[in-house]
Amino acid sequence: MEPGKANLEVFAATLLRLAQADPDILVVTSDSRGSGKLTPFAKALPEQIVEIGIAEQNLVGVSAGLASAGKKVFAVSPACFLTARGLEQIKNDVAYSDNPVKVVGISAGVSYGALGTTHHSLHDLAVLQAINNIDIVVPADNFETQMVIETAVSHPRPLYIRFGKAAMPHLHAPDVHFEIGKAITLATGDDVTFIAIGETVPRAVQASHLLAAQGIAAGVMSMHTLKPLDETAVLHAARHSQAIITVEEHSVYGGLGSTVAALLMQNRLSLPFKIVGIPDEYTVTGSQNEIFAHYGITGEGLADTAQQLLAAPVKVGM
Amino acid sequence: MLQPISKTLELKSIQYRRKILTIIKQANSGHTGGSLSAVDILNVLYNHVMNVSPENFQDTNRDRFIQSKGHSVEALYVVLADKGFYPEAALDTLNQYGSHFIGHPTRKVNGIEQNTGALGHGLPIAVGTALAAKKDGRSYRVFTLLGDGELEEGSNWEASMSAAHYGLDNLVVIVDYNGLQITGRVETVTGITNLREKFTAFGYAVREVNGNSIPELIAVFAQLPFEAGKPNLVLAHTTKGKGISFIENQVDWHHHVPTDAEFATAMAELDTAQAAWGASNGTW
Ligand SMILES: Cc1ncc(C[n+]2csc(CCOP(=O)(O)OP(=O)(O)O)c2C)c(N)n1
Ligand SMILES: [Mg+2]
Repeated sequence: MEPGKANLEVFAATLLRLAQADPDILVVTSDSRGSGKLTPFAKALPEQIVEIGIAEQNLVGVSAGLASAGKKVFAVSPACFLTARGLEQIKNDVAYSDNPVKVVGISAGVSYGALGTTHHSLHDLAVLQAINNIDIVVPADNFETQMVIETAVSHPRPLYIRFGKAAMPHLHAPDVHFEIGKAITLATGDDVTFIAIGETVPRAVQASHLLAAQGIAAGVMSMHTLKPLDETAVLHAARHSQAIITVEEHSVYGGLGSTVAALLMQNRLSLPFKIVGIPDEYTVTGSQNEIFAHYGITGEGLADTAQQLLAAPVKVGM
Repeated sequence: MLQPISKTLELKSIQYRRKILTIIKQANSGHTGGSLSAVDILNVLYNHVMNVSPENFQDTNRDRFIQSKGHSVEALYVVLADKGFYPEAALDTLNQYGSHFIGHPTRKVNGIEQNTGALGHGLPIAVGTALAAKKDGRSYRVFTLLGDGELEEGSNWEASMSAAHYGLDNLVVIVDYNGLQITGRVETVTGITNLREKFTAFGYAVREVNGNSIPELIAVFAQLPFEAGKPNLVLAHTTKGKGISFIENQVDWHHHVPTDAEFATAMAELDTAQAAWGASNGTW
């Protein structure tokens, strides 16, 4: 995997390029332009940035109003505050009222590792999935980030986009097709399939390489869109592999893993299955890398999980 | 003539500034500007005003401090270490994997009352804690420290209504009024001005002080409660980055870490400040 930039930087550069050509694109921030790498945007297009101050509820409400009047609004703030503090505004003013704001949660998951739980967003996918009428996209690499920002401008519905600030390797061939709601297959293999989302995807790719060296064929899917979920891709993977492992930078409750599990059960598909994410405990702190390592979200950790899952006898009944 | 307590506290503030910069440098992360801005307030509260110590921390009657501007946690960590809540060496683990000394206050650290870091939470909690004292007929007081940028969170104003409504004269709200937030000057970010008038209109008894002046802080807290039946509010005019010439009032220093050269200059400035008090150089 070739090294790339932080998705955050690609987001900011893409948005600036698009906004230079379209004065209806507005960025709304809550003392978050620096964190969002949007200082160049603010310098280049001062009329297209709206500063709200440290007030995430107001940030989302104002964004809803701007969107209702035809503006193409990107509301940008750390995912932790935006989707917790601003949740009622996202639910009512954006989703329920159908104002197509692009709600952008930056430095998501455990990107702010050592700043602690106040600054982690391990709940956002769960709460937003339970709200009707907001799509959820978590790009993995620079390409997916650029594509989702470009697509977002004319996306007709409310949209939540969430990414981190670590440099991400390039994952995709140049000709790959990106579409909201369509998973991208990175590797196929019929022993186990990793269905991963966001910054965990390259780690699943690493795991597939480690497993290949041991004769285990692992598939990898970048499930960049959590909602609407690409059910066809999930069901296909479940029918063509021995085991499924979901991987996410989120609580093991209510995110990708739970949603995939529910889909499989309701389609009568029972196979070895594991949700890898952040367990329900007082989250350890450190860098994002250290937290990932602590919870087994590494190439080695995921490869081990796959081997254990494939080795364990399937229990039927009690 | 300064009171002896003033001199002791002045010297402590210098030591605290050394230690704040040292742990931030060592961790290669931290909120430099806001910690230097707030440290004199914490110094006077913990060493002169509040009835709280490692010995009485489990006592219901202790005074409480809730640091709502949680990002300035390095100042709090340093002051609590000096109070004996934990060994100073514990701060060497700041922001490291598995350490409880993380970038915001948590109750995993002895001496800390509440987990903060998301702005706009401390005041509502402080209101609840002060209200409980009233209901229980207890005499403890509740102090909370807010940033001026933090005041943009509406929850502060909601809590202020409750504070006045319940006549919480045992609540002491201190605003670290340094004029800066992350993006720039508070006035230019949101145009929030006339804080004295705003807080007065919300029902507080308001006092203004230089929040980096030990004698002024001692004097203002000596007047508590300012008015019976009203919550107390101290508008503490501070300088973000106070004490280090090139950090003072610089928006970029919100969470910058000093380079080796900057660190050396900062330590030299603190040595000079200390010499001016006729004391020998620090040992921290
Ligand atoms: C709810 C919430 N939104 C945003 C932030 C990010 N943040 C941390 S510090 C800060 C600026 C605070 O400015 P101020 O309150 O003036 O603090 P000080 O100048 O004393 O550092 C911001 C926006 C946060 N911690 N919590
Ligand atoms: Mg400030």
